[in-house]
Amino acid sequence: MAALAEEQTEVAVKLEPEGPPTLLPPQAGDGAGEGGGGTTNSGPNGGGGNVAAASSAGGDGGTPKPSVAVSAVAPAGAAPVPATAPEASAPHDRQTLLAVLQFLRQSNLREAEEALRREARLLEEAVAGSGAPGEADSAGAETASALLSRVTASAPGPSAPDPPVSGASGSAAVSGLATGSVAPGKVGSVSVEDQPDVSAVLSAYSQQGDPTMYEEYYSGLKHFIECSLDCHRAELSQLFYPLFVHMYLELVYNQHENEAKSFFEKFHGDQECYYQDDLRVLSSLTKKEHMKGNETMLDFRTSKFVLRISRDSYQLLKRHLQEKQNNQIWNIVQEHLYIDIFDGMPRSKQQIDAMVGSLAGEAKREANKSKVFFGLLKEPEIEVPLDDEDEEGENEEGKPKKKKPKKDSIGSKSKKQDPNAPPQNRIPLPELKDSDKLDKIMNMKETTKRVRLGPDCLPSICFYTFLNAYQGLTAVDVTDDSSLIAGGFADSTVRVWSVTPKKLRSVKQAADLSLIDKESDDVLERIMDEKTASELKILYGHSGPVYGASFSPDRNYLLSSSEDGTVRLWSLQTFTCLVGYKGHNYPVWDTQFSPYGYYFVSGGHDRVARLWATDHYQPLRIFAGHLADVNCTRFHPNSNYVATGSADRTVRLWDVLNGNCVRIFTGHKGPIHSLTFSPNGRFLATGATDGRVLLWDIGHGLMVGELKGHTDTVCSLRFSRDGEILASGSMDNTVRLWDAVKAFEDVETDDFTTATGHINLPENSQELLLGTYMTKSTPVVHLHFTRRNLVLAAGAYSPQ
Amino acid sequence: MAEEKKLKLSNTVLPSESMKVVAESMGIAQIQEETCQLLTDEVSYRIKEIAQDALKFMHMGKRQKLTTSDIDYALKLKNVEPLYGFHAQEFIPFRFASGGGRELYFYEEKEVDLSDIINTPLPRVPLDVCLKAHWLSIEGCQPAIPENPPPAPKEQQKAEATEPLKSAKPGQEEDGPLKGKGQKEKKAPPLLEGAPLRLKPRSIHELSVEQQLYYKEITEACVGSCEAKRAEALQSIATDPGLYQMLPRFSTFISEGVRVNVVQNNLALLIYLMRMVKALMDNPTLYLEKYVHELIPAVMTCIVSRQLCLRPDVDNHWALRDFAARLVAQICKHFSTTTNNIQSRITKTFTKSWVDEKTPWTTRYGSIAGLAELGHDVIKTLILPRLQQEGERIRGVLDGPVLSNIDRIGADHVQSLLLKHCAPVLAKLRPPPDNQDAYRAEFGSLGPLLCSHVVKARAQAALQAQQVNRTTLTITQPRPTLTLSQAPQPGPRTPGLLKVPGSIALPVQTLVSTRAAAPPQPSPPPTKFIVMSSSSSASSTQQVLSLSTSAPGSGSTTTSPVTTTVPSVQPIVKLVSTATTAPPSTAPAGPGSVQKYIVVSLPPTGEGKGGPASHPSPVPTPTSAPSPLGGSALCGGKPEAGESPPPAPGTPKANGSQPPGTGSPPPAP
Repeated sequence: MAALAEEQTEVAVKLEPEGPPTLLPPQAGDGAGEGGGGTTNSGPNGGGGNVAAASSAGGDGGTPKPSVAVSAVAPAGAAPVPATAPEASAPHDRQTLLAVLQFLRQSNLREAEEALRREARLLEEAVAGSGAPGEADSAGAETASALLSRVTASAPGPSAPDPPVSGASGSAAVSGLATGSVAPGKVGSVSVEDQPDVSAVLSAYSQQGDPTMYEEYYSGLKHFIECSLDCHRAELSQLFYPLFVHMYLELVYNQHENEAKSFFEKFHGDQECYYQDDLRVLSSLTKKEHMKGNETMLDFRTSKFVLRISRDSYQLLKRHLQEKQNNQIWNIVQEHLYIDIFDGMPRSKQQIDAMVGSLAGEAKREANKSKVFFGLLKEPEIEVPLDDEDEEGENEEGKPKKKKPKKDSIGSKSKKQDPNAPPQNRIPLPELKDSDKLDKIMNMKETTKRVRLGPDCLPSICFYTFLNAYQGLTAVDVTDDSSLIAGGFADSTVRVWSVTPKKLRSVKQAADLSLIDKESDDVLERIMDEKTASELKILYGHSGPVYGASFSPDRNYLLSSSEDGTVRLWSLQTFTCLVGYKGHNYPVWDTQFSPYGYYFVSGGHDRVARLWATDHYQPLRIFAGHLADVNCTRFHPNSNYVATGSADRTVRLWDVLNGNCVRIFTGHKGPIHSLTFSPNGRFLATGATDGRVLLWDIGHGLMVGELKGHTDTVCSLRFSRDGEILASGSMDNTVRLWDAVKAFEDVETDDFTTATGHINLPENSQELLLGTYMTKSTPVVHLHFTRRNLVLAAGAYSPQ
Repeated sequence: MAEEKKLKLSNTVLPSESMKVVAESMGIAQIQEETCQLLTDEVSYRIKEIAQDALKFMHMGKRQKLTTSDIDYALKLKNVEPLYGFHAQEFIPFRFASGGGRELYFYEEKEVDLSDIINTPLPRVPLDVCLKAHWLSIEGCQPAIPENPPPAPKEQQKAEATEPLKSAKPGQEEDGPLKGKGQKEKKAPPLLEGAPLRLKPRSIHELSVEQQLYYKEITEACVGSCEAKRAEALQSIATDPGLYQMLPRFSTFISEGVRVNVVQNNLALLIYLMRMVKALMDNPTLYLEKYVHELIPAVMTCIVSRQLCLRPDVDNHWALRDFAARLVAQICKHFSTTTNNIQSRITKTFTKSWVDEKTPWTTRYGSIAGLAELGHDVIKTLILPRLQQEGERIRGVLDGPVLSNIDRIGADHVQSLLLKHCAPVLAKLRPPPDNQDAYRAEFGSLGPLLCSHVVKARAQAALQAQQVNRTTLTITQPRPTLTLSQAPQPGPRTPGLLKVPGSIALPVQTLVSTRAAAPPQPSPPPTKFIVMSSSSSASSTQQVLSLSTSAPGSGSTTTSPVTTTVPSVQPIVKLVSTATTAPPSTAPAGPGSVQKYIVVSLPPTGEGKGGPASHPSPVPTPTSAPSPLGGSALCGGKPEAGESPPPAPGTPKANGSQPPGTGSPPPAP
C-alpha cells in the first residue's frame, strides 16, 4: 500500500488486506473486527429488514431487530483499518498506516488519530513480536511516534510516502478513507491541505531558464519536428501539447506574466483541437497565485503525461535535444513526461489520434496488461417448473423432452465454465432467494419470446416522455423487468412510476401487520396496503439534484445519488429511505447496483469511485486514480469489475476484489458520460461529450471501434439482450441503433496489435449505423432493452 | 473537428472600473489603480473557474442551458455561500442601459405593493411531472404521429419544391442522388450546348397502403354525413405531421370537389371542402405553397360564384362566402410575395367583378367580403370610395319595386356587410363628432346607417379600451369570472398533441400582449392577453377574449371577457405570457417563473371535453353579443355575427348534416 503515494495515477486505497479473498461477505464472516456480526443472517434473504438494520435511522420497515454491528464500528472512523492488523506483517502496510497517522495529525483529527494509534500499538506488537502484551497505552503511543518520526525522516527521500505529495486526488482519497464520517469538516481540511502540497509540487519549477528564450526553444523544436520524416512527425507531434503546457506553467510560476501570455498567444493555435477545454482553463491561469488549488494544474504537475513513441522516433528526438543543448526542453521531458518506448514501426497519425486526448496522455502499456476475467459467471441451476402453461400442452412422455431443450437454451453458456470467467466465489455474492429464482424463471420464459435482432430486424422503440419536468430530469432508471421507472429530478425528488397496470403499494403499518394471519397463502398480498396504491410514488430525502438512480435487481430497493454528497437507499416496499451513505462529500454523479445486488458503486466529483455493500455504511473499496470527476460507473456483468468514466477523458476498469485499476482506456476527446458492458462481458462501449461512442475489448485492452454520428453528448448506451444491437441516446435528441455484431466482427486481435496496442480503426460508422430516430426536442437520458428486446427510451421534453 | 482549430479564447477581464464601483458601494472610497488591476485579474479568474464548474453541473443535469442553480452548486463546491434569491429559471434579471458613453447592467428592483400580492389569487399549482409513452420507432420505422417530429420538416419540403435538384430526402438518399447523377451524365453529352442542363429527377409518388387507407378515410369523413367524424378528420388534417406526401392528393380532391359541387349547387359539400382547406392551412408541418395554385381558384369560386346552393333565397350561402373570404385573406397573408403577387391579383379579381354593373348580388357580396377581409387598408382604398355608388344601387333594390326576392335579400346582405366592415374603419379614420348629414353627404344613402354604426363602433372601442385599462390598472376587483383554468379542462389529460410553439402557423392563434418588458419576479404587474379562438381564422376579425393575469404564467386569475368566444370545432386556446415556454398541453408553470402555456383541447366529440363546453357563461357585452350561427356550418367562424343579421334558417338539406355550432356544444346563452 505504499503504492498509494508513489503511484498517483493508480492509487487504490484498500480497506481490506489483500490477503483474504473475501470481500466482506454477506454473512459477515469476520465479524470479529466489526464487533460481533449482529447481521449474521442479514444477507439478501432478509427481505426489507436487512438493509434497514444497517441504518440506525431507517427502521420503520419490517425489521425485526436493529443491528448492533454498525454502532460498534461507529466510534472511530478509521476502524476498518484495524481489521488488517492480524495479517499486516508486510512492512508496507505499516508504512501506509503511519502515513495515514501523519496525515491525521496534520489534519487535526485528534480523535481518529488516537483511535488509530491505539490500534497501531496492536500492530506494533504483532510485527515486532515483542513479548510484552501488557504494555500500557503510553508505551504503544511511544512506539508509534517513533515509527512516525522514522517515516517523516524518510519523507524527503525519492519515493516519499508522504500523502500530501499525492496531490489532490491522492489526499482526497486518503482523507475520505481515513476520516469517513468522523470529520464533517473534511472539505475544508482538504483544501487547507492542498496549499503546502502545491508549493511542494511546484518546487520542480523553481529552476528557471531565460523566460525570453522559451518561445525560441519551442519554435526550435517545432521546426525540428515539422522537418522530420513523415513517419516520425506524427509521433513527435505528440510532444507539442505537454511541452506547451509545462512551459507555459513554468513561465507563469516564475511570474513572467507577459512572456507567458505571448507564449500562449503564439502557440496555442498549434495544439490539437481536442485539448481546447484544457487550454481554456490554462488561458485563465495567468498568475502564480492562481495555481494554488487549480485542479487542472495539479493534474499536470502530479501525474506524468504519458506518450507512446517508437524507439526510432525517440532516438531522433534525444539526439536533437542533445545536439542543440536544449536543456530546458530536455528537463521537462525528463521530469514531467513519461515516454513509453516501443519497438517497431512508428504509428500513423490516425493511430495516434485514436488513442490520445485524455488529460494525462495515453495509458501506459503495462497498465493494461493484467488479466481480466471478463467471462460470465455460471448461472445457478434452477428447476424450471414443468407446469408451464404457455408451452403447448405436451403430455407425460413429452416432459423429459421438454426439460432438455429448455436447459440447453439457457444452460448452453452456463453449463461449461467460461475459460475467461472468474472463479465462482472470487467475489462473495448473495445467495439467491426464492423470489430471485422466480424472477429468473420469468426471465427465461421471456427469453424464449425474445425477438432476434439484427440489421434486418430492428427493435421497436417506446419512448417515455417526462412532461412538465421543466428541464429538471437528471437521471432515469428502469428495472430489469421493465415494470418500474425511476426518475431523479433537480428538485431533489426521486419519483417512481409503475408502467404496468400493477400499481405501487406500500406495506401496511406495523399495527395493521400484526392483525394479518401469517399462515394464509396470500400473506404477501395481504401485507400490502390497498389504500396507498398509486401509479407514482415520490421519495423525498435528498437536498440537491439527483444525478443517479439505480434499481436493485430484485426490485426491492432503489439507490439514488445526489448533489448533496450522499447515496440513498430506498425501500420500494415502504417507499421510505433506509440508509444514507455518506463519504463522497461532493456531488455524487452516478451510482449503480451490482447485477447480483447487495453491492453498489458510486462515483462523484471527488474523483473517486466507491464500492459499497448495502449493509455497510462505509465503502468497502475506494477506487482512486482518476484525475477528474468520475461521471459514470457501471458494474461488469459478472460483478467482479467496475468501469468508471471520467471527466479526465479516460475510462478505467477496476477489480472489485483488490481495488486495483486493471484497464485504462484513452481515446475520448471529451468527458465521458455513459458506459455499458456488452451482455457477454467482453466489450465495453463508452460515450462522451464529443458525441462519439468508442468500443473496447476488455480482454485485450484495446479500442476496437468508433461510432460517429451523434452531434452532442451521448447520455445513454445500452446493448440489446443478446448483444447484437447497440443503442445510443444523446443530447442531440436522437436515438441511434448500431450493428454491434459487425462492429466487433472485424476486430483485429492478432498478436502484434495486442502487443503494441496499435489499432487501425475502420472508418465504417455509416455502415454500422442502422437507424436514427429523432425525438421532439427531448434529450434521450436513458435507454433500456426489455427482456424481449424492445427498446425503452426516456427523456424530458424540453422546449427550446 | 480539425476545422475548429482556432480556439475561441476570451481573455476578457472585468474592467477595473467595476472594481472601483463595487468598492465604492461597499464604502471604500479611495482605491488604488494598482489594487484594482490586481482585483480584476483575480476576480475574473475566479469567475471563470466558477463558470467552468457550473458547466459541469449543467452537463450532469442533462441540460443545454446554464441556470442560476448551476452557479449556486459550483459556488457550493468551492465552499462559498451560494447567491440566494436568483431562482429565475428562464430569464436573467439584469437590465441594460447605456448613456453618456457608459454601459451599465443593473438589476431592476421595483417597489412591490404587499397588498397587491396578498390580494392576488394564488397562482395555480403547476402541473406535476407525468410520464407519457409513445412509439418512437416501430421495427425501424418512425411512425408519423404528433409526438414525433415531422418526417419531412417544412424547410425540407420547401427545399424540395424550390430547389428540386438539391433535394435529398432521407428516404430517397440511396437512389435519389444516384439517379440524378446518372441523368446528368447521360443527358449532358448529347445536348452539347455548353451550359449543363439540369433536369429534375422524376420522383415517383407512391402512397403506402396505410396512407391510401388514411386518405380514403379522411376524405370520406370530411364530406360524409357524420359531424363527429368530420371534426376528427379535420383535426387530424390540421395537426398530423406526416401528411405532406398526401398533400397533392388533398389539393386535387378539393379543387375537383369544388368544381363539381359548384355546378351541382351543393352548398354543404362546398362548406366541407372549405373546412378542409382551412385545416390544411392550419397544419404547421405542411408546406402549402406548391398547391396554392390549385386551392386559390377553388376558394375564390366559393366566394364569388353566382350561385352556390339550390335555393339562394333560403340557404345560407352567405356564411360560406364569408368563410371562404377569410380563407383567401389568410392565403394572401401567408403566401403572397413580391414574386407571385397573390394579393394584388386577388384584389384585382374582386374589384373587377364588383365594379361590373351586371354582377349579381351574390357575386357582389362575395367580392366585397373578399376585399374587406384583406384588411383595413384595402377597405379604405377600395371600398370606401365606392360606398356612395353602392348605396345607391342597394337603395334602388330595397326601395324600388319588388323585382325579385333574391335580389332584395342580396342587396340586404351587401348592405349589412358594408356597414359591418366599413364602420370600424371609419371610426378610426374620422374624427369623433359623427354627423348624420356629413355622412349622408359623403356616402349617400348609406350615410345615416353608417353613421349609427360608426357611433356604435366607437362606443364599443371605448368600452374595450376602458375595460382593458381597468384590468391593467388593478387586478383585485371582482370581475366576471371566465377563468382560463376552466376552459382548458382537458389540460392534464394531455390530448396527445405536442405542439411546438414556434411552429404553430399563424392562423391558429395570435398573441397580443400589452407589456413588453419581462415582469420581475415577485409581483409582476398584470399582463393582458388576448386569446383568439382558432376558428376566427381571418386576420382582422375581432374575436377577442381579453383576460388579465396577475401572476405570470398562472393564468388563473380573473378574466374579463370583452367579447366572447364562439364555440368552434377545434377550440384551441393559447395563452402566452411574456417570456417563456412550457411544455405544451400543460397548464401553468412553476411558481415564480414566467411561463407560457398552450392549452389545446380536442374537439368535443363523444366525451364532451371540449373547451367551450366548460366555458362558464361568458358575459357578453351588449355590442358584441354572439348570436348563434343558425345555419352556419362554419364552426363559429363568424365572430362578428352579432352585427350582421342572423342568417336565415337553412334549408333542411344544408342544415341537416350540420347542426348549429357543428358538433360543438351550443354557444353560451
